[in-house]
Amino acid sequence: MKLKKKIAVSETGFIFDPTTGDSFSLNPTAVEILTLFKEGKTEKEIKKVILENYNIDESTFERSYLDFMAMLRLYNMLEEHEEK
Amino acid sequence: MEKKRFERPIIKKLQTGMPNKFGMKTEYDPITEIDGVPVKELIAKYGSPLYVISEKTIRETCREANRAFSTRYPKVQFAWSYKTNYMNAVCNVFHSEGSWAEVVSGFEYDKAIANGVPASKILFNGPDKSEKDLEKAIKHGSYIHIDHFDELYTIIGLTAKMKERPKVAIRVNMDCGIYPMWSRFGFNYENGEAWEAINRIMLSKKIDLVGLHSHIGTYILAPYAYGTAATKLADLAAAIDKKYNHHIKYIDLGGGFASKNTLKGAYLPGSDTCPTFDQYADAISSALINSQINHEHLPVLILETGRALIDDAGFLLGTVLANKRLPEGKLATIIDIGVNLLFTSFWYDHKITPAQQFSHHTEDAIIYGPLCMNIDIIRENVQLPPMKKGDNIIISRIGAYNMTQWMQFITLRPNIVMVDTKGKAHVIRGNETAISINENEKVPEHLTKFEL
Repeated sequence: MKLKKKIAVSETGFIFDPTTGDSFSLNPTAVEILTLFKEGKTEKEIKKVILENYNIDESTFERSYLDFMAMLRLYNMLEEHEEK
Repeated sequence: MEKKRFERPIIKKLQTGMPNKFGMKTEYDPITEIDGVPVKELIAKYGSPLYVISEKTIRETCREANRAFSTRYPKVQFAWSYKTNYMNAVCNVFHSEGSWAEVVSGFEYDKAIANGVPASKILFNGPDKSEKDLEKAIKHGSYIHIDHFDELYTIIGLTAKMKERPKVAIRVNMDCGIYPMWSRFGFNYENGEAWEAINRIMLSKKIDLVGLHSHIGTYILAPYAYGTAATKLADLAAAIDKKYNHHIKYIDLGGGFASKNTLKGAYLPGSDTCPTFDQYADAISSALINSQINHEHLPVLILETGRALIDDAGFLLGTVLANKRLPEGKLATIIDIGVNLLFTSFWYDHKITPAQQFSHHTEDAIIYGPLCMNIDIIRENVQLPPMKKGDNIIISRIGAYNMTQWMQFITLRPNIVMVDTKGKAHVIRGNETAISINENEKVPEHLTKFEL
């Protein structure tokens, strides 16, 4: 599972989806998680980085991560399977 | 290195072409304290949910209302509407600011007496006064506001066996040019019913007609409607003077001033649209002063303002129980405050503010209460910063009606705390316990044992 290649993510938290023309905004935590996700990091790797840098426990992170991924899926930004 | 504060990651779709045409602020600050007492400290000490009343705000609002009226009219008297909030501590703040008591049942009447209000400073309103209630009120010299002919004839009947003369006012309903017209309280002005009642009282010779009363509605956004009511009552008073050579001592315009809450479906927030006390005072005072009443006999103006005096002083503190994502992508936040504790959420879009720092990012959310019922919705649509389980929220302007119309359901009703003017918190009504709920229940003997 990864972010669709065409989705553009800026450092300031602005997302543009050229296929629909929709744009989105992210809060700073979301920018950090999405940047790591875009780099191809797994949930486990992302969790390690976040737990090191933020005042948060593992379970709260996992719940937030699940919810965030659900939203990316809802906005059709994820590739569930590798593109051929 | 100190770790950064974690905020739940959110992604929000940007809606272009939909600017806020009123330029209203979409960002706001957290409420971290009430009159100097930290919210987190209140919740840690007294639990969540928690009602908090600011004594300072009640006093300031009272003085503001008093100033607006007493600078425009020479004789003004406020009477605290017990049904709006009859916590004894709250009533006593109003009484210490000079308010009389306005009660609508025998229970409230006894409460006012127990609070130390002299019987001669109690106005007894409402359609439900038993013969026993009326007898008590007559004996102690309280003002009885007669609602219907059955009540009037009960009083006439009582005069036959009592030596005290009842002091009464009649309740008058009328068309004030607003919709809906409340016609259920008292006698109608336009069809002559009010005169029927006045004539019967005056001709009985055993009852003192001292006042005229009206209660034109609730959350009235048009001050002119009060001006119309004042004019019609003043016309009645002047006509009574002419016909019976009898001076009416007071005109009571009841309650109904709007608080700054926003009604559901309103286009603009209540804080921008609700009239000020000055606007209401201007309409009422001008009508009375310009009326036919002889200036030497100007009646006292009595006001039974409830909601507008107490709403701002009440806060309901709560905690986020859970967040869940609805199938359509909308965030649902579940808090520990249900509609049973916030009755007014059925008609207001209450302001909800987080009690901790947050960024300027917000999400559209629906706020559910904890009751296992579909109607338990505190806000259907609200923009809130991301919150997580355990975070605290504050619901503002809840001082009116919620502490008298609350329901015990599924769980127990919480503490009510008052923060005094020196920033000290006092419990003014303790939380319920399983014992206090069960003590009035009785199980018939044959149902005490069973096998499963």
